[in-house]
Amino acid sequence: MSGHTEVHSPVGGRVMTRPFAILLLIVGIGALVTLWRFFNGIASVSNLNNGYPWGVWISIDVVVGTAIGCGGFAIGLLVYVLNRGQYHPLVRPAVLTSLLGYGLAVIAVTIDLGRWWGLWKVPTHIWRWTHSPQLEVALCVAAYVMVLLVEISPAFFEKWKDSSNSFLRSFSERGLTFMDRALVWILALGLMLPAMHQSSLGTMMLLPGPRVHSLWFTPWLPFLFLVNCIIIGFAVVVLEATFSAIAFGRKRETSMLASLGKVIAGVATFWAAFRVIEVAVTGDLGLIASGKGLAFLAEVLLTAFGALILFSGNLRVRPSWQVRAAMLLLLGGIAHRVNTYLVAFTPGENYSYFPSVPELFITFGIIAAEVAIYLAIVKTFPILSGKPSAAGKEIRGSV
Amino acid sequence: MDRSRRALLKVIATTAGATAAASGTAVQARARLQPPPDAVGMLYDTTRCIGCKACVVACKDANDMATDPGPFEDAIYDAPIDLNGDTRNIIKLYREGPQRSYMKGQCMHCVDPACAAACMLGSLKKNEVTGIVSYNPAYCVGCRYCMMSCPFNIPKFEFNKAVPNIVKCELCRHRVKDAAANVDGFTRYPRGQGPACCEVCPREAVIYGKRDELLEEARSRIAANPGRYFEDRIYGETEAGGTQVLYLSHMSFEKIGLPEYSDQGVPHVAYTVQNGIYYKLPFVIPAALYVGLAAVMLRNRKTREGSEGAKS
Repeated sequence: MSGHTEVHSPVGGRVMTRPFAILLLIVGIGALVTLWRFFNGIASVSNLNNGYPWGVWISIDVVVGTAIGCGGFAIGLLVYVLNRGQYHPLVRPAVLTSLLGYGLAVIAVTIDLGRWWGLWKVPTHIWRWTHSPQLEVALCVAAYVMVLLVEISPAFFEKWKDSSNSFLRSFSERGLTFMDRALVWILALGLMLPAMHQSSLGTMMLLPGPRVHSLWFTPWLPFLFLVNCIIIGFAVVVLEATFSAIAFGRKRETSMLASLGKVIAGVATFWAAFRVIEVAVTGDLGLIASGKGLAFLAEVLLTAFGALILFSGNLRVRPSWQVRAAMLLLLGGIAHRVNTYLVAFTPGENYSYFPSVPELFITFGIIAAEVAIYLAIVKTFPILSGKPSAAGKEIRGSV
Repeated sequence: MDRSRRALLKVIATTAGATAAASGTAVQARARLQPPPDAVGMLYDTTRCIGCKACVVACKDANDMATDPGPFEDAIYDAPIDLNGDTRNIIKLYREGPQRSYMKGQCMHCVDPACAAACMLGSLKKNEVTGIVSYNPAYCVGCRYCMMSCPFNIPKFEFNKAVPNIVKCELCRHRVKDAAANVDGFTRYPRGQGPACCEVCPREAVIYGKRDELLEEARSRIAANPGRYFEDRIYGETEAGGTQVLYLSHMSFEKIGLPEYSDQGVPHVAYTVQNGIYYKLPFVIPAALYVGLAAVMLRNRKTREGSEGAKS
């Protein structure tokens, strides 16, 4: 948004470093397994079966992947709607993470879809649209990827406006002018779409309701998923800000993250309390003693402990505790999603599922691709705020 | 920061308000769907089934499905242990002490099918006349949400194929050529055109006809044989919102693999939430959210520019 004066600058340095090469190797293995899957069917690489049609590709790559991509949504709400301009330096890296999280979730979906070549019909065959919650998710995610591309475009325009190519130069200048004028309307889309499809991701698991454990089956699932994605989004913003500051030797945003931590603590406490109270009101609290109670406790306690750390004025200001709290919140948030989509689901007797090794290679490949592309882009384009410090110049080359 | 925390909760409440409201009203009943007047179906009676599996073979034949050696890999068996990409119909055996019961598994052709509610482009669709839940691969992307959603674990998928399809019983709708006529009180097609499993059953353990006729037949069997059938109940009359395949059993339905469901259709909760947010007032809530967000941000920009102008 106009009026902000902080400067974004590329990290610089070599893109091809040893860690980057390792990431590429993991991506390469995942790509080979993917190729194999397209020629030989899903069973040839995964343990997905007729009882568990959805496994880690859906629950982790897509359902968790898009939540990790909610950093842009969470920080956008804070900066633009709550008018907390002081957090603006966190926006651009968060939007990049969101784009990567969502973009790769779309790729993961395509790998998971048995009949992926028909995917183009989903947005185009309007006359066949049903009221399926999954259709809402599919359309919103596709639209949101476009919106994120537009939101991140100034980072590219800022670099290209100094390009020697005159076409690229004028295109970028016009793009920047357009963005300045239309930003509010694009940002509003960028906040509405995640609110819609993140809640619908919760609605989706209402349809398999009879086979979903009572601790997870509640009409409040869409609401829980919506608040959950905001918590995950904030946690990712904290981790990303801290790790890129360390890795690239930038000034740490410790005090900004501390005050952000206070906000997160409130939201996370609200979520954990709501989760427990809702289960108590339906009278299912006794089910915690059942086999799956542990999974329920994990998501609630991880979230609550994360919040507890951030409520402490002493711990909140220390980067190491910020990271610990964010990790707890991230794990708690992820647990809720994986639980709802995988752990809570029971297809009936005689079926079991645990991901196979090649299946996991695809998931690892997706995650590695996300990190690799992030590294390459922040080194090349102005994403992170501020200028690298002198110390950063020395260590920068090693990441 | 207390103010901002309160404000953030307020925004979450606004953006999520629609979701919350709709979630909360999910308990309100959606009108229960009724089967179409000409709904067809099947009636299976465990007391008549001898487990010969002629229906399994006939089904494979009628639907051109490959054999499946099941656990006996490389052996000369067709012995699927459950429904799968090559099996639309299965006979299972439940044993408990001296008691035993066969059980026939295939699509129940629900009155309010969850698979069709899950399907994005209506590849799985309930016929408005016959009520048959059919599959059209032309609009299927292979997402398998139908498999997740089916309360009876029926739709199966060809996981081992590069070009896979969803596989489920479609009541042999592809065999019908001529009109049905009344035979012994049941509306039936000429031989070779009805559901293959029913046509070959040597004991009439599974029969087909219109759902109303089958319900009547089931009721008269219950009346004629007091104490023979579990709870004197027809499974599928109301369970899971009603199904077009009906069951009579001498053992508990739950034990032979038919879970106890309320008379509310399975998609009811998801539909109520989804309709509350998007369709009751068509897209008014998302539109209002969009305008509201934009208005707040425009106001924020104005106040910020105003304060910056005052400073300089």
